[in-house]
Amino acid sequence: MESLDLLWGGLEAAFTFENLLWACIGVLLGTFVGVLPGIGPAMTVALLLPVTYGLEPAQAFIMFAGIYYGAMYGGSTTSILLNTPGESSSVMTAIEGNKMAKRGRAAQALATAAIGSFIAGTIGTMLVVFLAPWLAEIAVEIGAPSYLAVTVLAMVLVTSVLGSSRLRGFIALFLGLTIGLVGLDLSTAQSRLSFGNPLLADRIDIVVVAVGVFALGEALWVAAHLRRKPLEISSVGGRPWLAGDDLRRSWGPWLRGTALGFPFGAVPAGGAETPTFLSYVTERKLAGADSEFGKGAIEGVAGPEAANNASAAGTFVPLLALGLPVTATASIMLAAFQSYGIEPGPQLMTDHSDLVWTLLASLLIGNTLLLLLNLPLAPLWAKLLRTPRPYLYAGILFFASLGAYAANLRAFDLMLLLVFGALGFMMRRFALPVLPLILGVILGPLMELKFREALSISDGEASGLVNEPLAVIVYVIVALAVAVPAVLSLVRRPQAADPDKEKELVS
Amino acid sequence: MSTTTSTAPERRVDRGQYALAALLVLIGGYTVYDATTLNVGFGDPVGPRAFPYAVGSVLLGLGILLAIVTARGDVPESEEGEDVDLTHPADWVTLAKLVAVLVFTILTIGVLGWAINGAILFAGSAWALGSRTLIRDVLVGIVLSVGSWYGFYVGLDIPLSPGILDGVL
Repeated sequence: MESLDLLWGGLEAAFTFENLLWACIGVLLGTFVGVLPGIGPAMTVALLLPVTYGLEPAQAFIMFAGIYYGAMYGGSTTSILLNTPGESSSVMTAIEGNKMAKRGRAAQALATAAIGSFIAGTIGTMLVVFLAPWLAEIAVEIGAPSYLAVTVLAMVLVTSVLGSSRLRGFIALFLGLTIGLVGLDLSTAQSRLSFGNPLLADRIDIVVVAVGVFALGEALWVAAHLRRKPLEISSVGGRPWLAGDDLRRSWGPWLRGTALGFPFGAVPAGGAETPTFLSYVTERKLAGADSEFGKGAIEGVAGPEAANNASAAGTFVPLLALGLPVTATASIMLAAFQSYGIEPGPQLMTDHSDLVWTLLASLLIGNTLLLLLNLPLAPLWAKLLRTPRPYLYAGILFFASLGAYAANLRAFDLMLLLVFGALGFMMRRFALPVLPLILGVILGPLMELKFREALSISDGEASGLVNEPLAVIVYVIVALAVAVPAVLSLVRRPQAADPDKEKELVS
Repeated sequence: MSTTTSTAPERRVDRGQYALAALLVLIGGYTVYDATTLNVGFGDPVGPRAFPYAVGSVLLGLGILLAIVTARGDVPESEEGEDVDLTHPADWVTLAKLVAVLVFTILTIGVLGWAINGAILFAGSAWALGSRTLIRDVLVGIVLSVGSWYGFYVGLDIPLSPGILDGVL
């Protein structure tokens, strides 16, 4: 098996004492930040990006994998113990998870979440491993027209299928595209939208945009509406572990959740909210009418958590094969790749295959470390939920500024951070989703590049945009994607009726 | 500007959203104008203008569309969260204090350096957010800022601005 050999190579590269240390630090930092209330995985990854600046790409990826899984698990911890999911993908976990916690079974809920995430993450990553070489072959065939079509697809899907208001999705997307325009035009070297400022002509660092919109925007938004009453926090009570009966009840949901989650993550219509919802409904149906559902059923935590992690692993398929991020977290990882001079896109798999394999190996390692470190540490993490709010949000402000400043060491970036923080505040006030904006900033310049490339090959003929069969197929899918939401909304209707309102802003 | 969800039966218009619509029209319009100032090179069938024209005009259109739906009673669902309580109106005083702390950081980072600015940033933000244990806040801030300065310098080889403490750190 060629894939396994390559993965083995990646594991060998990753398995040095130093690298394992970075992975451990990543898992601990990721969980630490992710478990803080109000900080979802996307913000965690954005805040911790600067920590990887000084590292070699391979080491940075290893640490990143740890941060990524740590942040995801931290998010589940918050939703189980506080009943306040940090992002839409853990809404379903919170429903049964918090009821379990209230009944004094928080330890079991955390354990089934951790082990389920581990199993789903491992299976999901292995699936990526086996799909990767095949994807690389396809990716080589993708020319400018097809790539353009695929970016259009990602934008349309993320904007119109995932969010609840298409108008707001498109507003966010086009704001992002506008931000992406700022700076030197790549082929004629004229500066656009830079008000004669050479620092703006240099293009805006995506990290500054991400940290501003995610972290600073969130901190400012919360500061303006800080809750006066403390929240009710369930305590963990003992070391998380699964006894025989809980384990027996968790197996099925773990595997079914994985099977549901991976495909949804792997197609660019992705997101974790649909598969976690489907998993929850499936488990509820299978459990029958006289089940524990509604009173804290372990199946209702195991299934959605597995689906969530499997879909997170699945998002690496479009990310690695096409350079297309379909979740907020994935788009920030893409920004991290870019800061290492690694251009996202179909060439990634061929030009940087050693890095890709190291990354995949790191994901497996990070996942394992997560399980080893976090099962015993869970009660400690739970204490973090009691961090005084002024410290928590002052800390976010501190690290957001540090991150924006450390990127280029100039005060101008702090000013941009403030501007994007204000934008993030405004987006929360007007319910504009964040993901389309980030996607616009990252993919906009690439899209323009491919558009101009395709047309200069065809000498300005519009047919140059559709002269690859793949491009035509993708445009057909785009057309379908605009028609399908009507059907999807029928499937999703029960979710909207749920009292735990679905959040669309960060997915 | 209030984000409370009133239960008034009559059509409620969110006036703040008009401001957003106006901002979108402004940005879109400026993007299109800015594109007209660019030179189109030879042998480039698309040129640097096409994309900003498209993006700017769509944004402009979206702004107008937003104004229309706002007039028809479209109300945004502001983001909720663990620590967010939307039953109160926005607390602009706290926000102004936080922005002031950030602006101070921007203006003085070159002079004072990260170790001092970071500590002020943390303690100042904590104070703005309602913490009243000044000495402890400053101590935590110093630990964070000096710690991160050394962490970046030693661990990652990134010299954050030392400022007036150049040579001391």
